[in-house]
Amino acid sequence: MSEDRSFTLDGRPIPFQDGQTIMVAALAAGVYIPHLCFNPEFAPHGSCRVCLVKVNGRVQAACTTPAAVDQTVQNETGELREIRRGILQMLFVEGNHVCPACEKSGACQLQAVAYYVGMLAPHYTHFYPRRPVDASHPEAVLDFNRCILCELCVRASRDVDGKNIFAVQGRGIQAHLVVNTPSGKLGATDFSLADKAAQVCPTGAILTKHRGYEIPIGQRLYDRKPISVVGDVATLAESKGGRRHD
Amino acid sequence: MAKSDALTQTVCEIVQGHGGMPTRLLQILRDVQDRLTWLSPETLDRVAEGLHISPVKVRGVAEFYSFLYTAPRGSYDILFSDNITDRMLGNRELLHALCDRLGVRMGETRADGRVTVGVTSCTGMCDQGPAALVNGYALTRLDKLRLDRIVELVNGQIPLTQWPSEFFEVISNIRRADILLGRHFADGTALRAVLKRGSEAILEEMVKSGLRGQGGAGFKSAAKWISCRNAPGEEKYVVCNADEGEPGTFKDRVLMQDFADLVFEGMTLCGRVIGARQGFVYLRGEYRYLLESLEATLQRRREVGLLGEAILGDPTFDFDIDIHLGAGAYVCGEESALIESLEGKHGVPRIRPPFPTTHGYLNQPTVVNNVETFAAAAKIAVEGGAWFASRGTAESKGTKLLSLSGDCERPGIYEYPFGVTVRRVLEDCGARDAQGIQMAGPAGHMISARQFDRRICFEDLATGGSFMVFSHRRDILDGVRNFAHFFVHESCGFCTPCRVGAPLLRDLVTKVHTGHGTRYDLEEMRKLGRIMQVACHCGLGQTAPNPVLDSLEQFPEAWERRLRSTTFEPAFDLDAALEQARQLTGRSDPDAYLREEELMMGAMP
Repeated sequence: MSEDRSFTLDGRPIPFQDGQTIMVAALAAGVYIPHLCFNPEFAPHGSCRVCLVKVNGRVQAACTTPAAVDQTVQNETGELREIRRGILQMLFVEGNHVCPACEKSGACQLQAVAYYVGMLAPHYTHFYPRRPVDASHPEAVLDFNRCILCELCVRASRDVDGKNIFAVQGRGIQAHLVVNTPSGKLGATDFSLADKAAQVCPTGAILTKHRGYEIPIGQRLYDRKPISVVGDVATLAESKGGRRHD
Repeated sequence: MAKSDALTQTVCEIVQGHGGMPTRLLQILRDVQDRLTWLSPETLDRVAEGLHISPVKVRGVAEFYSFLYTAPRGSYDILFSDNITDRMLGNRELLHALCDRLGVRMGETRADGRVTVGVTSCTGMCDQGPAALVNGYALTRLDKLRLDRIVELVNGQIPLTQWPSEFFEVISNIRRADILLGRHFADGTALRAVLKRGSEAILEEMVKSGLRGQGGAGFKSAAKWISCRNAPGEEKYVVCNADEGEPGTFKDRVLMQDFADLVFEGMTLCGRVIGARQGFVYLRGEYRYLLESLEATLQRRREVGLLGEAILGDPTFDFDIDIHLGAGAYVCGEESALIESLEGKHGVPRIRPPFPTTHGYLNQPTVVNNVETFAAAAKIAVEGGAWFASRGTAESKGTKLLSLSGDCERPGIYEYPFGVTVRRVLEDCGARDAQGIQMAGPAGHMISARQFDRRICFEDLATGGSFMVFSHRRDILDGVRNFAHFFVHESCGFCTPCRVGAPLLRDLVTKVHTGHGTRYDLEEMRKLGRIMQVACHCGLGQTAPNPVLDSLEQFPEAWERRLRSTTFEPAFDLDAALEQARQLTGRSDPDAYLREEELMMGAMP
């Protein structure tokens, strides 16, 4: 009925259906808009602000803005690249992201998007927060140092697994991921590697124990091709170097 | 065992008193804390059990609001208002003096558990500061004498009810009245008007009046009401935004204190027009002192048939109002965050669209208006839209209440027709030496003397009412730094550019303000500020860099004179970084590394 509806993105017509956001329509048309807190399996969240595009001259998040026929959308511009790079740099200095020592290096969405927007250094002053690692669970490690507060694990655990294991607490720069138990330890929950929550983290904040470096550095997901070509680690199957269970 | 049972019983009573409704969570936590002074993990678990909701949700709310404490507090909890206007009046000296006299460190609780002293964002008493809160109740006009007395009262464990009443006196300071504050309003006349003429006729008057959102955003009020009236929904709601959190503004406090009937009448009128039966006032926690008198006013209105069931004898006209208290969160002044808070959640702004007029409280159509907007609407219903529109400018009809504070002889409330010049306001309030104005609060605009002929209206300088005067005696950067801290404290933490950008900006401002900055840092502030302006999720984050960006443009000399002559200065302070190591090793030779370096240099061939 409304199949001929489209908006313009960087000069190219993008068809969309009613209710679709700019992000969903663009991805369906094979156009990459960098993003972190967005995952097509979940309702949009709009918190990371990496997917900012210019809609009729106004900067808006592609993941939360409904597509409409009168829209002229800019995606790949120098201005947007600079804003996105600034936001990535903020995420890098907010936590403790030590890529060379991280098991997810090369298969990390945060790292891949940072490369995609041309980030070569964190630029801003590091916050160096103190965030103890939670290794209480027999199968998984929670490294809060790498958490970017995208709330995908919160959403997955609550909406898909029905376990409600994770939450974000605190205000402003004090906001942090917590585990929903009196002790605050993952080991006290019924979290399992089969959970959706174990498959959605765009960084190395939720890691599998007893497995490491199975794919050598250099042959990892984003080592040869950029994320705009490869896709998100959370939506790719494990057999293809992603986190999604087959 | 007995202790635990007593806790369960206390929590149960309070939860039952709120009908066991999870939407009342914030109110429940406030009440529980009033009884127990803080919210222990066990207490929070009891609340979760009582409401049958997840403990993590309860903890999330408790951790979000500044006035809810998840660590023990003193039985006297004293928070100094720390707006720049309080600082101008010397609040910092008083704060430190009080800490000394009480033997307590700022932000900490005394060992005997009797008292905590700390700071909080502007409490809306800028015209009668330095101000503070004690156990949530407003203290005004603090001075050395009052502090001496407070020390005695605290150490003597005198209950708050026996403290001198003049400590808690809040005066209205209405200095200039026009059509809103100046003309008498007979209670019930707006409601009689809507019953007699019908909702359509009242909406027509609203359209004619040109009334715009007086909180500062300036959205046409009639359009909001019409959109909500036409939106499909089982229930509709009216919400009065009395979360007056913008530093420097206090006009809604005066309206709620002296003109509550007018505001409630405007809300009831709106209820009739849009077809709502329930209204809420979201009163900022800092105005806790008003709660009892507002409840009494609501009760009186019910008794005389202006509220409740069958208003004015009309069986089809039911409307009632509940007052919700905030708990120290500036972001809840944003209408969708306010609605989240009303629903008992932490106040994170929603994704918009959809807007509250179609998906508001409990996802039902909701009108959220500022206190002043409802007061104006009630008057428009009686006097007509043309009467209101006879004042003001082409795009900004009627009048505006301004809250004047800072360096002026007559701080207080001034009502002007829209279009008044900044210069005229300065003359009227006795600000003869103004260097600059922070208009519309930290989220607004900082203007210099070059702009004093600009006009206050939506076409030029839009404002919610805050008007803080800086004389030539002041360092503008003191204000900028104060505001930068404010935004860090008030960021909700949801989106990256505000959560991380605000502290980065604060650190850059501090670096320059303390004499360690260079031109490079100024450019960094500009770049970071521009990212925040466009990238943040809500208005709070988008406006947070305004004081920095405006002052760079309007007061470049204030920044320049702080600069070091070098082009680069590290953000890293080696001495400070080594302090912990020095303490651990018992060394007291801060510059030791420099000597080591010299020795090494000397040893080199």
